[in-house]
Amino acid sequence: MKNYQVDTNGYYGEYGGAYIPEMLYPNVNQLQYTYLNIIQSEKFKKEFEDLLKNYVGRPTPLYYAKRLSAYYKTNIYLKREDLCHTGAHKINNALGQILLAKNLNKKRIIAETGAGQHGVATATACALMGMECDIFMGAKDIQRQAPNVERMKMMGARVVPVHSGSKTLKDATNEAIRDWINNPSNTHYIIGSVVGPHPYPDMVARFQSVISAEVKKQLDTNPDYIIACIGGGSNAMGIFYHYLNDAVKLIGVEAAGHGTETNMSAATLALGTKGVLHAAFSKVMQTKDGQVIEPHSISAGLDYPGIGPQHAFLEDEGRVMYDSVTDKEALIAAKLLSKTEGIIPALESAHALAYLEKLAFKDSDNIVINLSGRGDKDLETYTKFDQNEY
Amino acid sequence: MNIKSLFETKAEKLLNIYITAGFPKLNSLEQIIPALSNAGTDIIEIGIPYSDPISDGPTIQMSNAQAINNGITLEAIFNQLEKIEVNTPLVLMGYFNSILQFGIKEFCKQCKNVGVSGLIIPDLPIDVYLKKYQSTFVENELSNIFLITPETSEERIQFIDRHSSSFIFAVSSSSTTGNSKNIEDSQEYLQGLKEMNLNTSILVGFNIRNRSNYEFVSQYASGAIIGSAFIKHINNSQDIIDDVSNFVKNIK
Repeated sequence: MKNYQVDTNGYYGEYGGAYIPEMLYPNVNQLQYTYLNIIQSEKFKKEFEDLLKNYVGRPTPLYYAKRLSAYYKTNIYLKREDLCHTGAHKINNALGQILLAKNLNKKRIIAETGAGQHGVATATACALMGMECDIFMGAKDIQRQAPNVERMKMMGARVVPVHSGSKTLKDATNEAIRDWINNPSNTHYIIGSVVGPHPYPDMVARFQSVISAEVKKQLDTNPDYIIACIGGGSNAMGIFYHYLNDAVKLIGVEAAGHGTETNMSAATLALGTKGVLHAAFSKVMQTKDGQVIEPHSISAGLDYPGIGPQHAFLEDEGRVMYDSVTDKEALIAAKLLSKTEGIIPALESAHALAYLEKLAFKDSDNIVINLSGRGDKDLETYTKFDQNEY
Repeated sequence: MNIKSLFETKAEKLLNIYITAGFPKLNSLEQIIPALSNAGTDIIEIGIPYSDPISDGPTIQMSNAQAINNGITLEAIFNQLEKIEVNTPLVLMGYFNSILQFGIKEFCKQCKNVGVSGLIIPDLPIDVYLKKYQSTFVENELSNIFLITPETSEERIQFIDRHSSSFIFAVSSSSTTGNSKNIEDSQEYLQGLKEMNLNTSILVGFNIRNRSNYEFVSQYASGAIIGSAFIKHINNSQDIIDDVSNFVKNIK
């Protein structure tokens, strides 16, 4: 069996590692040495599983989308992560990490957020555990994801606007890292995706792997395809996790923005080169001088110029096929799912759905799509699109 | 002069000034470096501007963004440095990704070529350096300068000491650059460091803004590093050479 998981030094092949300034060394080192013992302990597993079941509402359904299947003349199953408490898969990781933070006696939580889903999930986890919570969010994202900002505030989190750089997810992440440098002893940083220094990519993938663990139980046989959208790549890693060594075609869909041939895109694997961003060696959208390019995607959750190191590795290994769809293709797919199934998907998840237009499948194929989040937060964008304003 | 030679001859009350290359104007290094040197700066640390400087606070972030906007590149920095003749040791500070994209070998070769003898790469971990890059650095007579913080364990400080060749950059508080914490609050930490009697000299950076801060840390270490306060001082300067000289003369 081929090993696609992290090695003992924190790498996936050449990708990964922990390119951190010395100021972060004690915190990251502590996580590296303790995370596996903590999250594999019986006490932790029991507490985590209990929260996933009774608080998040897991297992989430694997829903056979009959009318969408008829439309595409194949068999489409939706993994309904949108039905998780807070409306997206992000809560799986937020709860896992907050339990870990409690084990490490941390009193304060910080997190970055793009679409606001990870921010909401973290604010939720903090309210549940009675912990202080600061969420860093790009000023541009605060505007385009206003409902999520209000939700975070209602649960007692402070939302810190980030005005540097592109004012989106990348800069929110920079600011969260800087906060952690300034508050090393009492604070835990809940990174929302499979990015950042080792052990975050592995830790977040483990917390999200519950998604594929459930799909395995919900299907009698392996599906032919599994499709997920990718920004940093946490929902994709979650639904790929237990299928990496199975004969299943795995497809990751990046956000092409206006198109990978334009300079308005967020498709990192298509356009990026090897480099270090947010303390991990992976693929990065950057100039030849190594300045990180400000990405574009209509979906705030995918508007990120990097990608988790494990995805860069899985692409090199040829294990996962990565492709991208444009803003417009995602919007059309969101509309189609809403009309055929009565499910309004998040703009992020709509990228995975849009890939059905590009996939050459057979009538008999079984396709699982990770419906990673619900679309309430994107209503304004959908309305504009409907009125031909996009 | 080579940075190692400096510490072999004199290791007290040294003043290291940090300047972002390409700031405030694209070619400002050509004026700033000689002015710093003439005013008596002991070490000049030149920052390679980066889009995502995660260990820096607002002031240095601003200087980085402005320099990138001015069109600075690593290639341009080397071209500028090649034209500047000073005896003051030059140190380059930059984030790992900038150097990685330039190519580590070519970067080290260029450093040697333009007279840079020290490097500070805050996000290049020491274990990766030792495994992959040490020989290239040594070949090009480059001294790699590591950071330590109040959170760094004594064991790790000893480890870093063993692998250092010019000085160790002691960060005075757990923070990003340009903070406004009181340097006097670091007394206990600095006293502890002094008592460790390390082989390598220590320069203290972060939260140092003026003569009294510089005098204070010089009691415990071989000198001080000033960054954000200097960047603020020359931002919007009308007479950069004058302002640079005045800044240094007000310190030492």
